[in-house]
Amino acid sequence: MSFQPTPELEAEVNELITHYPVKRAASLMVLHAIQEQFGWISSEAVQWTAKKLELQPINVFEILTFYPMLRQEPQGKYAIKVCRTLSCALGGAYELHHHFCEKLGLDAHKHGPQTTKDGKFTVEFVECLASCGTAPVMMVGDKFYEGVSHAKADEIVGGCK
Amino acid sequence: MSTAATTETKPAAPAIEKIKVKVDGREIEVPRLTADWSGKLTPTTMIQACELAKTDVPHYCWHPKLPVVGNCRMCLVEFGTPAMGPDRKPVMNPDGTPKIAKSPRPAISCATPISPGMEIYTKTPAVKQMREGVLESLLINHPLDCPICDQAGECKLQEYSVDYGQSASRFVEAKVHKPKAVDLGPRIMLDAERCILCTRCIRFTRDIAGDDALGIINRGSYNTIATFPGMPFDNNYTLNTVDVCPVGALTSKDFRFQMRAWFLKETKSVCTSCATGCNILIGSREEKIYRYTPRDNDAVNASWMCDAGRLNYKWIGRADRLKDVLVRGQKSTWTAALNEISDKLKKAPAGSVAIIASARQTNEELWLLSKLKAKLSAISDSIARSGAEDKLLVCDDKNPNINGARLTGMCFTEVGINLVKIADGIESGKIKTLIVFGENLVKHGVSAKTLSEKETVSEVVEQHGLTAELLAKLDTLIVSDILPNETTKLAHYVLPGCAHAEKRGSFTNTNGRVQKFMKAVEAPGDARAEWEFLHDLVHNVTGQNGFVTIEGLFNQMAKEVSAFNGLTWSALGDTGVTVQI
Amino acid sequence: MAQEYKLILKHADEPGYTPDIECYLRHGGYDALKKALAIQPKDLADGKKLSGAEQIREDVKVSGLRGRGGAGFSCGLKWSFVDRKSGKPIYLICNADESEPGTFKDRQIMHKDPHQLIEGMIISCFANDVKLAYIYIRGEMPEGAKILNRAIKEARAKNFLGKNILGTGYDLEIYVHRGAGAYICGEETGLIESLEGKRPYPRIKPPYFPAILGLWMCPTIVNNVETLCNVKHIVAMGGAEFAKLGTPNNTGTRIVSLSGHVKRPGYYEIEVGKATLRELLYDKNFGGGLLDGRQLKAIIPGGSSSKVLKAGEKFKLKKKDAEGKEILVETDMLDLPYDFDSLAQAGTMSGSSAIIVMDDSVDIVKALANLSEFYAHESCGQCTPCREGSLWMNKTLQRLTHGEGRAQDADYLVKIADNIPGGRTICAFGEACSWPVQSFVAKFKDEFVAKGAADEARRAKEISAPADAEQKQLEAAHH
Repeated sequence: MSFQPTPELEAEVNELITHYPVKRAASLMVLHAIQEQFGWISSEAVQWTAKKLELQPINVFEILTFYPMLRQEPQGKYAIKVCRTLSCALGGAYELHHHFCEKLGLDAHKHGPQTTKDGKFTVEFVECLASCGTAPVMMVGDKFYEGVSHAKADEIVGGCK
Repeated sequence: MSTAATTETKPAAPAIEKIKVKVDGREIEVPRLTADWSGKLTPTTMIQACELAKTDVPHYCWHPKLPVVGNCRMCLVEFGTPAMGPDRKPVMNPDGTPKIAKSPRPAISCATPISPGMEIYTKTPAVKQMREGVLESLLINHPLDCPICDQAGECKLQEYSVDYGQSASRFVEAKVHKPKAVDLGPRIMLDAERCILCTRCIRFTRDIAGDDALGIINRGSYNTIATFPGMPFDNNYTLNTVDVCPVGALTSKDFRFQMRAWFLKETKSVCTSCATGCNILIGSREEKIYRYTPRDNDAVNASWMCDAGRLNYKWIGRADRLKDVLVRGQKSTWTAALNEISDKLKKAPAGSVAIIASARQTNEELWLLSKLKAKLSAISDSIARSGAEDKLLVCDDKNPNINGARLTGMCFTEVGINLVKIADGIESGKIKTLIVFGENLVKHGVSAKTLSEKETVSEVVEQHGLTAELLAKLDTLIVSDILPNETTKLAHYVLPGCAHAEKRGSFTNTNGRVQKFMKAVEAPGDARAEWEFLHDLVHNVTGQNGFVTIEGLFNQMAKEVSAFNGLTWSALGDTGVTVQI
Repeated sequence: MAQEYKLILKHADEPGYTPDIECYLRHGGYDALKKALAIQPKDLADGKKLSGAEQIREDVKVSGLRGRGGAGFSCGLKWSFVDRKSGKPIYLICNADESEPGTFKDRQIMHKDPHQLIEGMIISCFANDVKLAYIYIRGEMPEGAKILNRAIKEARAKNFLGKNILGTGYDLEIYVHRGAGAYICGEETGLIESLEGKRPYPRIKPPYFPAILGLWMCPTIVNNVETLCNVKHIVAMGGAEFAKLGTPNNTGTRIVSLSGHVKRPGYYEIEVGKATLRELLYDKNFGGGLLDGRQLKAIIPGGSSSKVLKAGEKFKLKKKDAEGKEILVETDMLDLPYDFDSLAQAGTMSGSSAIIVMDDSVDIVKALANLSEFYAHESCGQCTPCREGSLWMNKTLQRLTHGEGRAQDADYLVKIADNIPGGRTICAFGEACSWPVQSFVAKFKDEFVAKGAADEARRAKEISAPADAEQKQLEAAHH
């Protein structure tokens, strides 16, 4: 299936390009814009981006594969990111991640993104989310949650409709 | 009248200031500026200074013809600079020498510019330890599959392992696994596990070949060289990445698993696929050619060559090569055939002989033909070949030596101008004898398909009207060639010749660079170097004698052909001399 | 008793304080910018004139401001390196890629008081003749990016940004650029590459010093969020006044991020050096002490890369005696003043001023394995020692924390780590990933050895047990 950018995306990308004297610099922001709209970045989207920014597809693919936030596959409707790094780990992050995985039928030993069979949740054990004082912390999509107890975690999952 | 040959095409550059540095305690003077990969003068780096001091600094990512990236860290050295006092004046030792402040941190010699009074230390225990550390790091995730690796024998990991390796690995973890036998493009295979991520291939492809096709994907220890999925790595310079790859990550599909590199005899030669004349090494073993690789020549091809030229060697080993001297279709001997031809030519009336020389012949051969031409008052010409050119190396002229043919007078500025006259002469019966070297006249236009059997370089030979019917009218058709074709079939005399790889000689490239090449393999059967039998023929017909060696022949030619005045065979060196054309 | 000193976070947590421009203006916002733009050229004794921009740069030098991102390099000096004669545009980038584990101070500023950052940036740009600037914010802060974009829009509407700012003829645009999950983008040249749309591979220096060959090969200033906010206050109060805050050579305030095993983790702004680690951990108004019944085991004092301090460690600290003579005073790690220089004397650093506290419930091997996994994940992989070494150390530590250890692994780890730092790598990530390993193993070696030895003993038992059983079976068959 080929990539069909919406007029809104086109407009956003055209605006983003004006932010930089060199088009290539817009790459990361354009990929963010695509992912925001489509949830992930397909091979066709990479080619579209490259064309838009007068680059070779490999130039875009190089950065797509570098940044873990950028997805090369469709993700669950709710992307859960649990912080894994030291302060959160001291505050129970491993237990929290384990809790999510158990609840959603995923492998707690896997730290990379895992999506539930129904495609509703993607759980990822991510590196420091920079809110170490309120460990353990997590995100669902763009929303940030601090001091997440298992009860709070259940509440969060329950709120995902 | 005569034009002096020069070794340099450009006027001498203005003198560059020299500065003194010490390499491992030895003081040397080095230029403050040195040409970088693109030819731009930039501050001389430590590694360049060490090179001038004949001190080897091991390196992987650094390549003199590629942008500097400093990622392998193998070239780390220690260094010091003259200490400055608070008064901004150098601090002196009691013995009057400047006090050197040793840097607490090492520096990569590939990217660190030198400064006056700098001291570079390449042999300290710390430097040795750093090199050992880098090498160990490069090897922990490497598959260590040297026995089946094509790079074995010319691998920098192997080379530096001798100096900085350990006899046993202390690495007890699981190795990182990456894609193997990746079909990167029509001519290139990638083993990502062997790759040390030096990015030479990426830089060559982007910055030299101008094709931004390769990149690194993923992150950290999982970094992998790749093309964009579905986009094959396919430009006319991909095989250079195999050359610049310091390890066995990128291999040539053509050479893969064909021959161990250490069994190859390397012979200095020149590529014949176009008039650029890229300098090459012919890799051969037991009279079989296995590969061409580019040989450095900054006046011609830097360190590169095109894929088409590189792979254009298989015809040399073809089974149907002309191996026998044929007289009217019957196998004969060189002596018998040359005697017969000599008798006929001696008796030929002036103007009754035409010569079609090939711009694939050497300067020496063309010059010998010009002697015949003069003696016989013959009309002569050659056949032009043209095709696509590019910005890097490929020339639109697909003959390796059209300038040699012009300078020896065998053809003219407009190549092929006499062909119609020759055809008319045969038609009218005025021309009764035709001598043809290396050209299949019967083949009018050339389709890419028929040509691909013989060559991978696309070329177009123009129509000239010398058809099979016309050639049948000749009393005598003498043809020397390497492979059989329609014209050799019509010939009364077939003289089997040699590919450039089978003989010595010189070509004059599109810019007037006279370059010599050496013999790599023996010719098959009775095939003989053209210059050898032409020498016999010229002696028989003209009575001129002399040059049984290529050196003597070249030196005599250089005396007589004005453009070559002043040249000698030995002075051509390995990289040639440019003459006025 | 040490107190908080709120300069940067003066309003952020006040009830009713909102991140919009009206609120900011009500609290004196953009007055410093107006002051900066109005500075008149000053005549110098030698007849030369010092422009307003040059005077601000001088004042930043006078203030003694040191970078708040991690390296603690003098901001005034950094600005002085900028190549102003190249004829090329000068760029400024705000490094908002806050990602050093333990650090969460810039988040507070951007979320709660974005205009303070914008104002600090505009002043810094004006001082350096910058016409185009970027805020590089880490991808995991989408909310922060939205807030900053809104703030920029508001500032543009009030003509604090855009063309002819406040009628002075000065033009400036600021754009927000989002990262996408890469710690290495906090390294300034990696950040520049990322901003250019490339893989964030740090650049080699020489030749690519940002002040000369930075963004698009133009002179570029990269400053941390908190650093840029400080510039606003330096202009507002004057550099000399600012320098009175904190301690000599460690001026101003710092926002300390406190996390881990204390009762009151959080962010606390202090005058630099005016509180000790003990005060920050134990005082009621700071960490409030360890959790009940727990003993201190270790502190990571300046973000996860800084070398760990072991409870009870003593250091010789340079101090002045009553007559001003320099003396060495034995100091417990908890009594180190929290500043740049004291921590450097203790062989570690205050880095991004993030303190991670670990009590005696912590398995120190596991803690290091946690950090090591972070560094293995975040190494960009450009240069050899870090690319290979960071994963090697992590694999060893994962083995060691999953029952596959060896007694020799402690020494093995240090040998791997020793091959990475000290200028062997392109950027300081080499140090960042190896310092924790070096310091954890050096200071808690017995725990590493014990863990490995226990694994070896267990494995030996597992191997001999089935053999014994087999032997018994054979014997039984014979009888």
